[in-house]
Amino acid sequence: MATIVDITEEKALKVKDFEFMYAGADAPSVKKLNMPIAKHSITALIGPSGCGKTTLLRSFNRMHDLYPGNKYSGEILFKERNILNPKEDLIKLRIQIGMIFQKPTAFPMSIFDNVAYGLRLQGLKNKTELQGRVEKALQDAAIWNEVKDRLKHDANGLSGGQQQRLCIARAVAVEPEILLFDEPTSALDPISTAGIEELIVELRERVSIIIVTHNMQQAARVSDYTGFMYLGELVELGRTEEIFVTPKERLTEEYITGKFG
Amino acid sequence: MTHTQKRIIINNIVMALSTLSAVIGISFLIWILSVLVINGIDALSMTIFANEGAPPGNEDGGLKHALIGQLILVTYATLFGVPLGVLAGTYLSEYGQKAKLAETIRDVSDIMMSAPSIVIGAFVYAIVVAPTGHFSGWAGSIALTIIMLPIVLRTTDDMLQLVPSTLREAAFALGAPKYKVITQVVYRGAKAGILTGILLAVARVAGETAPLLFTSFNDNFLNTDMSQPMASLTVTMYNYATSPYEDWQKLGWAAAFILSMFILTLNIIGRLFLLKRKGK
Amino acid sequence: MSNIIDKIFANSTKFIAFGILLLVAWIFTVLFEHSLESIEAFGFNFITEDKWAPNLEKFGALPAIYGSVISTFLAMVLAVPLAIGVAIFLSEIAHAKLKAPVGVSIELLAAIPSVIYGMWGLFYFVPIVRDIFGGIGISMLTAGIVLSIMILPFMAAVTRDAMNTTPDILKESAYALGGTKWDVVKDIIIPYAKAGIIGSFILALGRAIGETMAVTFVMGNVHKISTDLTEPATSIPVTLANEFAEADSGLYYSSLFELSLLLLVISFTIISIAKFYFLRRKRIGQ
Repeated sequence: MATIVDITEEKALKVKDFEFMYAGADAPSVKKLNMPIAKHSITALIGPSGCGKTTLLRSFNRMHDLYPGNKYSGEILFKERNILNPKEDLIKLRIQIGMIFQKPTAFPMSIFDNVAYGLRLQGLKNKTELQGRVEKALQDAAIWNEVKDRLKHDANGLSGGQQQRLCIARAVAVEPEILLFDEPTSALDPISTAGIEELIVELRERVSIIIVTHNMQQAARVSDYTGFMYLGELVELGRTEEIFVTPKERLTEEYITGKFG
Repeated sequence: MTHTQKRIIINNIVMALSTLSAVIGISFLIWILSVLVINGIDALSMTIFANEGAPPGNEDGGLKHALIGQLILVTYATLFGVPLGVLAGTYLSEYGQKAKLAETIRDVSDIMMSAPSIVIGAFVYAIVVAPTGHFSGWAGSIALTIIMLPIVLRTTDDMLQLVPSTLREAAFALGAPKYKVITQVVYRGAKAGILTGILLAVARVAGETAPLLFTSFNDNFLNTDMSQPMASLTVTMYNYATSPYEDWQKLGWAAAFILSMFILTLNIIGRLFLLKRKGK
Repeated sequence: MSNIIDKIFANSTKFIAFGILLLVAWIFTVLFEHSLESIEAFGFNFITEDKWAPNLEKFGALPAIYGSVISTFLAMVLAVPLAIGVAIFLSEIAHAKLKAPVGVSIELLAAIPSVIYGMWGLFYFVPIVRDIFGGIGISMLTAGIVLSIMILPFMAAVTRDAMNTTPDILKESAYALGGTKWDVVKDIIIPYAKAGIIGSFILALGRAIGETMAVTFVMGNVHKISTDLTEPATSIPVTLANEFAEADSGLYYSSLFELSLLLLVISFTIISIAKFYFLRRKRIGQ
């Protein structure tokens, strides 16, 4: 059984007996996992490659549904409803739970249109309102000053770090309640990485954040809670400072001290 | 209705239309294939392989002349086209590489691959048929060779480039001269790919009709003399199908069936080669 | 010794490769030389004259040009939406178990020789056109439809290939913002793969305009410009296929050679546009 710290805050998500199996696989990639996610805080998921952390993350916005044959069981409760329900409205769910990917994913359109994309999908047409929300999102993502004079330029002209901040702006523009970060700095240089980390910490005010990272220093720097996963199971979830200083489980200690990984 | 609902409805409509177009496209193709198989099998018999063409109304007409003619035409085209194409492709990949000349040859070959084949027929008519004064098997084979050449050249080029350069370097490091590195190491590494390219090129020229119409022309009887007009399955098919005689039309379907099966088989074998290569 | 063989090998490959360029130049030269008589006789009128009357030694290419343009246009109008639909189906809708078999059969159908499509058109499609639209069924319309069916597998396969170049992560990003499949196709995949898709369409156009056998069976080879699509018509390749072996005078031959030259120039131009303008840029982008 996993060691799970008591979370005093409200919960953004509650994972109950969750199992996930990829199409054609003969063993589940995530096994009977239970895990609370605190609201308005940053939860980091760490663990060796193949431990199921990204698989778990991609279950929170049902990304796995894009590929047929994947199987879920158990529950993931978001606002007291089980989002694994086959009748779940995935479009609405994905607006409420946004995602940032391993590599910057600027769409083949202008900087402005990138950020406005999610808003337009929701039917926002009013030009002034659109402009206001795009500007606010770009400011929230700390990139406004760099791009305000070239909003009409192709987004692919930005640097990697800028593109990733643009993607964060695009995600926060639709005001999600939860943001999922899937190794968001793995393709970036150290300076851009520091910028993104700073931004993630600031975003905590407004959204609950779950971040998958295989950089333990990153987890220690940004997160409030850290979950350590191994072989598809959650080994330990605790306050970040405790996990890295006084882990309760031996496996956790061995991993963070670099005995394996 | 909210904007999102509208989006979902539009999505469903477009996805339904896409699925419908796939169904339409595929049913046309199934239609063509089944017509081919039903008429083809209906017309198949041993006499087809044993007998030559016969005047209309004659029950025992066959396709022996066209089958053998086709075989001869394609074989000669392969004998000319493959070595020339492979050697030219070797130049592009191993010597020319990114040089201007090599790039130009690549571009021109790519264009040639999509150029109208009937024009090649006109060209060969001008350089072979007109000077010799008559249609001939040679003219047909030359036309097919010209069509085959750029295909073999480009696949050879592509396949050789896939061979890792470390393999070449390892051979050079042993002191092998370049021609030996190419013929003994690089060719071996690209064998499956080149073979696939050759099979697909043969399949492609085997289905060509237009460039044969006024080069090898046609003959309703068996002829193996390359300096004379020669029957081919494709031209025979065209002549028989457009004739008003039912028994000739029937033979046309038999020819169509045999030819399609031959071409599909070559394509499938070629794909299997590539799959096997990927599997390694 | 090795050195000499090495040189001989290198130079012979180069010589043969260079031969391709010479061959293409030779083709253009020969076609041009054989066209001279016609060019001298008719000049520019060759392409604006609408009478093609071998018995009067009068040769105007306009009906054939008109037929090539209209039949190809019809084929594209019919095939482009279907090809996009099939490509969307194959890349975004079809279940993994369906993707491979349907995709492969479409590619195999692209390998079936065009003469088969023509024969099918003659025996099975001509009667349908006759019943629905009237006329004799041998017509511009039939040619356009048969041509569209013939280029559909090629177009669908290359459009799908172009769409498949869109990185998954980019598509997922749009889904993660609440996009539907269609949103992702129209906002992400098509803009991303635009150059490749347009290039493939133009390439298909270049092939269609030079296609002979699929249309020869069903077009009728009638040198008359008619706005009625159910009337028989002709195109450049159809004229060549029907008349080359029968031509009996120098001027007649020369006119057919000029048609060939015209067709070659048109095809080269269209294919070059596809290749250099659209497909080349894609290559650099990758």
